[in-house]
Amino acid sequence: MDLFEYQGKQYFARFDIPVPNGGVADTVDEAVAHAEHIGYPVVVKAQVQVGGRGKAGGIQLANNADEARLHAGNILGMDIKGHTVRRLWIEEASQIQEEYYASFTLDRSAKLYLGMLSAQGGVEIEQVAAESPQAIARIHINPLDGLTEPACREWVAQAKLNPAATAGTVSILLKLYRAFEDGDADLVEINPLILAQDGRVYALDAKVTLDDAAAYRHEEWQSFGKIISEDERERRAQERGLQYVGLDGSIGIMANGAGLAMSTLDVVNQVGGDAANFLDIGGGSGADVVRAALEVINSDPKVKAIFINVFGGITRGEEVAAGIIEGMQGVELNSPVVVRLDGTNAEEGRAILAANATNMLYVEPTMLDGARKAVALAGGR
Amino acid sequence: MAIWADETTKVVVQGLTGKQGRYYGLRNRAYGTDVVAGTNPKKAGEDVEGVPIYATVKDAVEQAGANASFVIVPPAIAPAAILESAEAGIGLIVCVTEHIPMHEEARTYNRLKRDFPNTRLIGPNCSGIITAGKVNIGFTPNNVAKPGGPVGVVSRSGTLSYQAIYELTQKGIGQTTGVGIGGDPVPGTSFIDCLQAFEADPETKGVLMIGEIGGSQEEEAAEFIKHEMKTTAVVAYIAGVTAPPGRRMGHAGAIVSGNVGTAQGKIEALRDAGASVAENPTQLGDLMAERLAKMI
Repeated sequence: MDLFEYQGKQYFARFDIPVPNGGVADTVDEAVAHAEHIGYPVVVKAQVQVGGRGKAGGIQLANNADEARLHAGNILGMDIKGHTVRRLWIEEASQIQEEYYASFTLDRSAKLYLGMLSAQGGVEIEQVAAESPQAIARIHINPLDGLTEPACREWVAQAKLNPAATAGTVSILLKLYRAFEDGDADLVEINPLILAQDGRVYALDAKVTLDDAAAYRHEEWQSFGKIISEDERERRAQERGLQYVGLDGSIGIMANGAGLAMSTLDVVNQVGGDAANFLDIGGGSGADVVRAALEVINSDPKVKAIFINVFGGITRGEEVAAGIIEGMQGVELNSPVVVRLDGTNAEEGRAILAANATNMLYVEPTMLDGARKAVALAGGR
Repeated sequence: MAIWADETTKVVVQGLTGKQGRYYGLRNRAYGTDVVAGTNPKKAGEDVEGVPIYATVKDAVEQAGANASFVIVPPAIAPAAILESAEAGIGLIVCVTEHIPMHEEARTYNRLKRDFPNTRLIGPNCSGIITAGKVNIGFTPNNVAKPGGPVGVVSRSGTLSYQAIYELTQKGIGQTTGVGIGGDPVPGTSFIDCLQAFEADPETKGVLMIGEIGGSQEEEAAEFIKHEMKTTAVVAYIAGVTAPPGRRMGHAGAIVSGNVGTAQGKIEALRDAGASVAENPTQLGDLMAERLAKMI
């Protein structure tokens, strides 16, 4: 789960990582009230989970109540790369002396944690890594040892920050490491970490990705609420507990298994179509899950054909076929369905499907054939 | 021959008394797997369809001769279950459990590496291991594999590995061992571990390798194929060519971050290393048949 900036700052505050004073506002009046309370100048920041909000006009400085009102009014409801701004974060303006970058994440290749620190902050770290990799000080941390203070000091020394920022940065990094490991985050990133004119070091931004798998031991995460997707189809899928990712094409997809589902999108693309979604219905394929999946796919107005791709493993072909037929009942389909059923007892399963075939249900033996049929029914791209 | 699991493998199922554990444990036994024990501290002395239940893995090792473990317990207790097996001297641990927190997985991996370097963990969040005709530990359907070799299979995805094994079987090509290494970010066993073992196995002449977006395991495997695979042909398939960056595609590890982990990068690295790369899973059987024909 990716947190919004304001949630990330609240999260950091729990680990005593210094952040600017601020408040959350959903209305112009709330925004002005926070600004009055904090004292001017303040920064009005759009809360969206997409990069480039500054360039889009989603971050503005306000020197008085009129400006705060004006900016809050303009930014609320603004569309930033398809994300509608529904919430603002109002915070004290910072007098920046220098901008740094700091993060912890998992290095999947080394199977250790990776800390990155750079004196070049405030820009995309990928850009720094590509243009001047030596400007990033890296540290690998074994989870069994953790980040020790001496190791942290040495790491900070390597990054060649302004000496005035050293002590504050060491302190923040040790806390940030706790926010990463004890906090069960996949990623914690501060960009920029700033040295202010007054000598304070603090997190001006906060990017946090929490590990959904650890939610069971973090009741406090409930305060962040569920991140509601911008995509209506994804909201429907979320309500039904489905593993769904919305895409832009016209072929609705469901497959059993994440790998097979990913592969199905690729094959549809290869034969001249585009998938409308990724959807993994899991190991079995009972009528309930097929129905729920069809309901979500069918609600997508772009969908012109639906491709169900099932490899019958433990669930035998006849059971899969029965599940699909039962699942289709009660859903008023807007587009034809193509089923590819292979694997255990596939012939028996296909026979059951064929007996029920109509102009809304087609059966194909291989993935490639199924994809071709679905694309043809949808009329190509 | 085969890798890591064969007719001498004796399995203790951690979680045999649970619904899932019972279902898959007994299915594995029906395949011919020597399931010698289950564990549950509250049900020691009982049995599940004739399989004795012990309080601990240590008891299962000492009293039933278990040398491999099948971990099928909830994510909150899976790391402890894995370490219990390692401490009891189990050499092969297969963990199918999904949704183990990343930090637990990283700690467990590094703990095994430091304190139990001779213990092999397959998974978590994997489909398991099957040595055709001999032993099946995990989720692989009992009727897709064809014994006798000469092809080994390694896959991050479960369904795609069944599909790949099935494609081979349909073409009359048998398998040695199929390993599902799992879709999580910190797998206990990597592609390279499997490739190395297959290369050393005299019966395995070819390997089907099925990867997906996310991480750099496939690129590292490509380096290994290029420099170390002298006698074994590799046919690969990578899922997720059309997956949008930044979105997690089902598996915890299947995500393109920035420009790291793209399918295209993996495919190019594998081609460059001399592997044949299939455009879709249906091609896997044909491509392997071609590579094997050239070897004889």
